[in-house]
Amino acid sequence: MDAVFLSRIQFALAAGFHFIFPPLTLGMGLLIVINETLYLKTDKEIYKNISKFLVKIFALIFAIGVSTGIVLEFSFGTNWSTYSRMVGDIFGAPLAAEGILAFFLESVFIGVLLFGRDRVSKKMYWLSAFLVFFGSHLSGLWIIIANSWMQTPAGFVIEGGRAVLTDFFTAAVNYSTAQRFLHTIVGGWQSGALFLAGISAWYIIKKRDLDYAKPMLKISLILFIVTSFLQFGTGHMHAVQVAKTQPIKMAAMEGLWDSREGAPLSVFGFPVESEKKTYMEIGIPKLLSIMIYADPNTKVQGLNEFPEELHPPIFITFQTYHVMIGLGGLFALMSAIGAFLLFRKKLYDTTWYLYLLLFTIPLPVIACEMGWMAAEIGRQPWAVYNVLKTADAASVVVPAWQILLTIIMFTIIYTMLFVLFIKFLTKMIKKGPEEIIKTSGY
Amino acid sequence: METLTMLQITWFILIGILFAGYAVLDGFDLGIGSLLPILTKNDEKKVEVLFKSIGPVWDGNEVWLITAGGALFAAFPHAYATVFSGFYLALMIVLFGLILRAVSIEFFTLETENKGIWAKTFFIGSIIPSILFGVALGNVIMGVPLDADMEFRGNFFTLLRPFPLATGLLGFTAILMQGLTYTMIKTEGEIHATAKNLAGKVWYGYVILFVFTAVISFAFVTGSACNIIAWIAAAASCASLFATRMFIGEGDEFKAFLSSSLAFISLWGIAGALQYPVLVRAINDPALSITAFNASSSKLTLSVMLGIALVGMPVVIGYSIYVYRVYRGKVR
Repeated sequence: MDAVFLSRIQFALAAGFHFIFPPLTLGMGLLIVINETLYLKTDKEIYKNISKFLVKIFALIFAIGVSTGIVLEFSFGTNWSTYSRMVGDIFGAPLAAEGILAFFLESVFIGVLLFGRDRVSKKMYWLSAFLVFFGSHLSGLWIIIANSWMQTPAGFVIEGGRAVLTDFFTAAVNYSTAQRFLHTIVGGWQSGALFLAGISAWYIIKKRDLDYAKPMLKISLILFIVTSFLQFGTGHMHAVQVAKTQPIKMAAMEGLWDSREGAPLSVFGFPVESEKKTYMEIGIPKLLSIMIYADPNTKVQGLNEFPEELHPPIFITFQTYHVMIGLGGLFALMSAIGAFLLFRKKLYDTTWYLYLLLFTIPLPVIACEMGWMAAEIGRQPWAVYNVLKTADAASVVVPAWQILLTIIMFTIIYTMLFVLFIKFLTKMIKKGPEEIIKTSGY
Repeated sequence: METLTMLQITWFILIGILFAGYAVLDGFDLGIGSLLPILTKNDEKKVEVLFKSIGPVWDGNEVWLITAGGALFAAFPHAYATVFSGFYLALMIVLFGLILRAVSIEFFTLETENKGIWAKTFFIGSIIPSILFGVALGNVIMGVPLDADMEFRGNFFTLLRPFPLATGLLGFTAILMQGLTYTMIKTEGEIHATAKNLAGKVWYGYVILFVFTAVISFAFVTGSACNIIAWIAAAASCASLFATRMFIGEGDEFKAFLSSSLAFISLWGIAGALQYPVLVRAINDPALSITAFNASSSKLTLSVMLGIALVGMPVVIGYSIYVYRVYRGKVR
């Protein structure tokens, strides 16, 4: 096996595992701020106690997210050193800025959030919660800036084979930054919201910790409903941007081979690369043209218009994109039912719906992973779109056996971390908020 | 002087400051981790006290490494690319340690039976990077084989030469001293006594390794004899090392910690002054060395980054001091 292929596997593993946690951090951070704000405004103990419970869970998610995140920052140098040399002038800056402007903020104030409740004033504690929330979102922004530049590079020229920055603002706020940021953040909020809604639903099913479970369910479900509908807007904006700036990726996600006027929106299918054909295709006529150009007859470019060597892996790009969209539809349906039950005051008694919330806990995170895969795999063969191919971006001095060794190492560590994450998470949930908030930091 | 040259020099210094900041701050919690079995004798209550002393702050300390790494990437992409790909396996072992220690404190809190295992993993996760960081720096100072494309042409065993191993141990003793003096600030009773006793012994190792590596460095780096900044840093190292010893003896914990920190910063000062402007020395041909001038980003990137650092870092330092003040005093 060649080193480039192994480095791809390792990066996919490291980023894929890491990306389980940041969406939950974003969503849980928001829920903590909501509860702290309610406590500050109403002075009701219950909101403080809910927040205490959330902070404990947040700490676990945050610890694993941080430790697996460091691996990624190192990876550009260890496994993709040619990439680092070629585009470091632009790509390095957002990573450094993330550290200085965002990561310090969340990491320093999480110290106050975890252990400082009795040491600082109520307002200062609220501010700390807010700064952790704000820092994690700002951190997400810088990472999205870096990633968006790989998707739709701007603000640079190529000099002597290296990308050289000509305009920082254009590079940072490029064609896809805003859309990608909003779509990712809302995905995180959804993940956190359903995570807490599912946990609360379990308490209600078990008829325990109801003082906590009911308000927690209400708050998180409202957030879930709002974000599930918001996500249609951000998703649409993002898709239109992809269609206009990375048409080949859009064609792959839609399994569209021939360019068509009045192109259909694909709902289901099995695209086969070798035959240039999509089997069992189900599509809604003209909808793709309408969604991208607001005109049923505009032509959408198909894959056959581009040289084959520039095609991303079609099957996986298509399927990951469709699973994400399908899950988005499911969340909207669940939200609509939830809103109805909430409005009719039947939420706490509708057991089947509570079970549904419980069993769908991991789905928004899976949707985030799928969306990320569609975006990154759909960008192939490029590491930086139309600038640098992934195959030319890897380190030249790292032998394949060393990468294989570290893949094995990361697989073992990440499997163990995941098992322990689930173990400690379920342990905390089973103990229940009442018990958990009594335990001290250590 | 040209603007680009000035920016390159400024970033050479700033990267040094970021790494020194990391060494001083994460140094104490790495040091505590590396000494955990000795300081606590596997008594869970004592582990708890030490974890409480670093719990609220270690996370922010580690961000200094992430920021230093990011800044190296942004300012000197070639240095970042060469070192990180060249020292591949060693860095992966460091990452293994950093992951392990990051989750250990959290898991220790959540575990009910057999908490001790997470004290052990914290120890392992701390001692590995504590030694390897210095080894990596020693290699960069001594030099590694580089080719005309700035690529590393050694192997894993290139990294394990005697001089880098000596600097690895020097860095390790410096980290231990940070950990011990910080433990003295934050604890009382038995742990405090063990730390104080140990600090006295570690000090001798620290001094011996310091003299050994400093003499070799000054002897082999050309032009070191008239490098005034290096001599000033060396003098500061000696003075602060003796001050550390004195304050440990007097039981003035806070000043002992400050002196130990100053000694550590001075070590970075010596390294930086002797290295300048070299980032990664080429042992095979000095002309192939990676320097601040041939490995840097463009003028625009360096200026934007400088703006971000000058606005951001004072704020970071400000609120970090605030949080340290919130948790001042002995852990009970």
